[in-house]
Formats: sequence, structure tokens, C-alpha cells
Amino acid sequence: MSFPVRRRTIAAFLGPAVFALVIVGIAPLLFAVWKSLHYFNLTKLAQQRFVGLDNYIFVLTDPVFWQAMGRTALLFAVAVPVQIALGLMIALVLHRPGLTFWKTLTRLSLVLPMATTYAVVGLLAQVMLNQKYGVVNQMLGWIGIDAINFIGDPTNAFIAVILWDIWQWTPFVALVLLAGLSTVPPEIEEAAQLETKSHWTVLRHVQLPFLIPSLVAVLILRTADTLKLFDMPFTMTRGGPGSATEFIAVLIERVGNRQFDIGLASAQSIIMLAITIALARAYIRFFYREVR
Amino acid sequence: MAAPIQRRNLAGEAILLTLICLFCIFPFYWMVTTSLKTQVVALESPPVWWFTPTLANYWEVLFEDKVGVALINSIIVAVCTTSLAVILGTPAAYALARFEFRGKTDLWFWFITNRFVSPVVLAFPVFLISRELGLRDTHLALILMYLTFTLPIVIWICTDQFRSIPRELDEAAMLEGASQFRIFRSICLPLAMPGVAVSSILAFIFSWNELLFAYILAPKNAKTAPAMAVTFMEGYDVPYGKIMATSTLIVIPVLIFALLASKHLVRGLTMGAVK
Repeated sequence: MSFPVRRRTIAAFLGPAVFALVIVGIAPLLFAVWKSLHYFNLTKLAQQRFVGLDNYIFVLTDPVFWQAMGRTALLFAVAVPVQIALGLMIALVLHRPGLTFWKTLTRLSLVLPMATTYAVVGLLAQVMLNQKYGVVNQMLGWIGIDAINFIGDPTNAFIAVILWDIWQWTPFVALVLLAGLSTVPPEIEEAAQLETKSHWTVLRHVQLPFLIPSLVAVLILRTADTLKLFDMPFTMTRGGPGSATEFIAVLIERVGNRQFDIGLASAQSIIMLAITIALARAYIRFFYREVR
Repeated sequence: MAAPIQRRNLAGEAILLTLICLFCIFPFYWMVTTSLKTQVVALESPPVWWFTPTLANYWEVLFEDKVGVALINSIIVAVCTTSLAVILGTPAAYALARFEFRGKTDLWFWFITNRFVSPVVLAFPVFLISRELGLRDTHLALILMYLTFTLPIVIWICTDQFRSIPRELDEAAMLEGASQFRIFRSICLPLAMPGVAVSSILAFIFSWNELLFAYILAPKNAKTAPAMAVTFMEGYDVPYGKIMATSTLIVIPVLIFALLASKHLVRGLTMGAVK
């Protein structure tokens, strides 16, 4: 840039935002780290004391924590491949020329699920999946399937959360991949389509290389969001029945907000944050090395 | 383009598109129709598709169950945090777009990675701090905490917007002797209004939708609409019509905003993971 900018000017522009984010983002994080080194239960404040890494040792050897992590991983492992497969299909259909008005309409309706208040999505599940009054069971009845107790049975509740996650986030994946498809230079795509009739060949050798950044973005975001997932399972099942849908964020909320053990909840959340960061870094390293 | 080959598939494609639309929209249809049912109709088994609609649920939740108050709380919180994010975020975005300084990439990265921090990590420490400061159950606590995601979204969208404004404008104004702040205020900010509008809409949607901070930090007076909807689920006789009426009231403004900013919503949600 041709004009030198004084440091004070830069500080004046950036200072307020940096200050605000330090106060609301970093300070609570440091406070959480500090509290995680204590025994700190809101109902037993008299027993508050410094316990060093005890909370961390407890969490790392706690089957409840790892079961919740496992559930979160299972949800991710089942839902995300389905979302990518369906999303890619939708994106490929939308990417083809023709039916413009129809496609604009579809694109608009795809925006709705991901914008919907996540808590409402969970409430909707309660209403639509109810064994007796739910419309989903009515529809299953039309094709000859007996009513399923989605919310009350542990396995079914887990499946219901997966289905609902797929409903809400497949459109998002579709639109991200559609944006990725539009980065393929049209002349390359057309040339390839003249060469071969196979959609698969075009996808694999022409479009896929351009889709890698979008796919990495989807993986990173879905990982972070699955680890964050709280609203939908909380309003839908409260983590139950038993602990069947107690995903990691729901577990931490229960320990902190309903068992009042803030020291332990802090240790859990710090470990979860570390896992999130490690995963995001691993993805970037793995995928971007592949590409280069 | 390759129209002749594809003409045959067009009907199939149209059906597929219709199915996708139905898949996305049906839950909303069901939400709205259930909100218009009386409890007796809502508890028909199997569910009925044709019935005499009533607005009774809306009157009840708005005026008897204080959902009206919760909606006002939601509006206050979302509008204030969005405005604050724009006030703090646009100068920062301008600096990131225009100035060169050491640590710029790191700073940018730090702003954006706030997207990855789960609110559950911050909620408990903030709960304790806000109790100490007497901020528990106030709008202010929520407004400030929502900056953790509204501020990054404003910075993320507006930095790109400022970059797209030609630098020659700044340089010409600089030769005229305008101060850096003046250039930002009077030249670049007005030109960046589309970005400001988009990021405001996104910030509004994200704060409107937030549940965890609201649930933990504002249990009563400052209770927002999503947190209010959750409390209906407690108890045995679940009032389906009322829950869906509340849900409809919560979702309608978000959906309108989402359609207005439909092209940018995905961009807002992918913050931090794409360049």
C-alpha cells in the first residue's frame, strides 16, 4: 500500500473488536481453565478447593464421558456420509442446465431447514415422531410399517436424532457442494461431457478435484457442529431415554447445569475443545497434503 | 448446451426437484397446521389433515403464557447484539482489508475460529461471572455473549466487502487530506452497505436461534423465545398446538430473513472453513 499507516490508527480501528472478543471469548475460557482445576459444585460451595488435574484425570477415565463422545462420533459417522451422498446428488441435479425457475424454487426451500431455530427443529421432531399422534408414523402406516416408538425407545431415539440431523443439514451440504461445482470451469466440464457419457467419470475426474475444498469445509464444519450439537437433542429427548441421546454438549450441560458440578463440566468442555481443534487441524493437514 | 440428450430426463428431474422441495418444506407445513389445531384435534390418532383451523393457540401463548414477552426479549437481544457487532466489527474489517501489519493473518484466524468454540465451553464461566457482576438474567449478558458469534460473522463478511472497494478511492481521498477515519466513515462504509446488511441479517438469525446461552444465563426476566418454547415440554400433558404456535412465531422472522439473504446464508455458515 502506498500510504504508510500509523500504528495508532490501526489500533483504533481494531482495538474495540479485539477488546470485546477478549472479554467475551478469551476471559471466560481462561476462567473455565481455572475452574477446571478446582472442585467446584454450586450446591457444595463450602467444599470448594484446588484439586490440580484431578478433574481431567477423572474425565479422561470416565466411561460416561467417552460414551457420550462415542455417541457423538457415531452420529457423525452415520449422518455425515448420508448428508454428503444426498447433498452431492441434489447439487448435481441443481447444477445441470434447464428448469431454471424450478431450481431457483428448490434452492430457496433448501435454505429453510438450516436457518430454522435448532430448538424448534427438536420440538417439531417431538410432534411429528410421536408414536400415537405423529404424522411420520401415520405415513409409515400407509406403506405398511407399524408405528414406531421413536422418542421412548433408546435405539429409535438415536435413529430419530440421526434422521433429524440429516433433514436439517443435507440442504446445507448440498448448497456448499453446489457452490463448489460452480468453480469448475465450464469449458472443461463441457469438453469432458463430449468425451464421455458417464456422469460418474465426469464427477470422479473432472468435478471432484474442484469439490475437495468444499468437502473439507463440510467435514470441518459438520465435525465442529456435531460436537456443539445441543439444542436439537435437548428439546427432542433431553438426552434420553436413559442416556441414549446424550451427546457430548448435552452431557456437559447436564453436569454443569443440572448437577451443578462446574469444575467437572469445565474440564469436560476444555477437553472437548482440544478435541475439536485437533480434528480440524488433522483434516486440513490430511486433505490439503493429498491435493498438493 | 446439451439439451437434446437431457430433454427426456426433464420430467424425472422435475419430480426429483419437487420431492426435494417437499422434503424441506413439509415439517413447516405440519408445524403451522398443528398450531391451528385445538388440543383435542391435535391428539387425534391417526393425525387429521383436514380440520377447522383456530387461532386460539396464538392468543393463548402470546398473552397468557408470556411468549409475547419472550419474543420481545429475543428482539431486544438480537437487535442490540447485531448493532454492537456492526459498530465494533466494521472498523476492524476495514483495517483487515486495508492495512498491512504484523500478525494480521493470526488475528484474522483468531476472529474466525470463534465459530468453533462450543457455547457450552463459555456458558458456565460466564454464568459465574455474570452472577458476581449482577448481570445474571439481564439482556446485557446475552447481548455481550452473542458477540462471540455475531462479531466474527460481521468481520468475515465485511472484510471481503471492503476488499472489493477499489483502493484508488481511498488514495484519492488521502491526497485530498482526509483522515483515515473519515475515509472509512464517509467513503468506504457507505459503499460497503450491502455487506453490512447481509452480515446484520446473518447475525440476527444466529442470535435469534441461540438456545444454550439463553437457557443457562437468562432463566426468567430476560428469557428469549427459544428458551420459552423449551419450558412447554416440561410436564405431562404436552400442549402440542401451543408448542407449534410458539414455534411458528419464532421461526417466521428467521425464515423471512433467511430467504432475503438466501445467497449468503451458506457463506455465513461456512465461516472459517472456506477462504
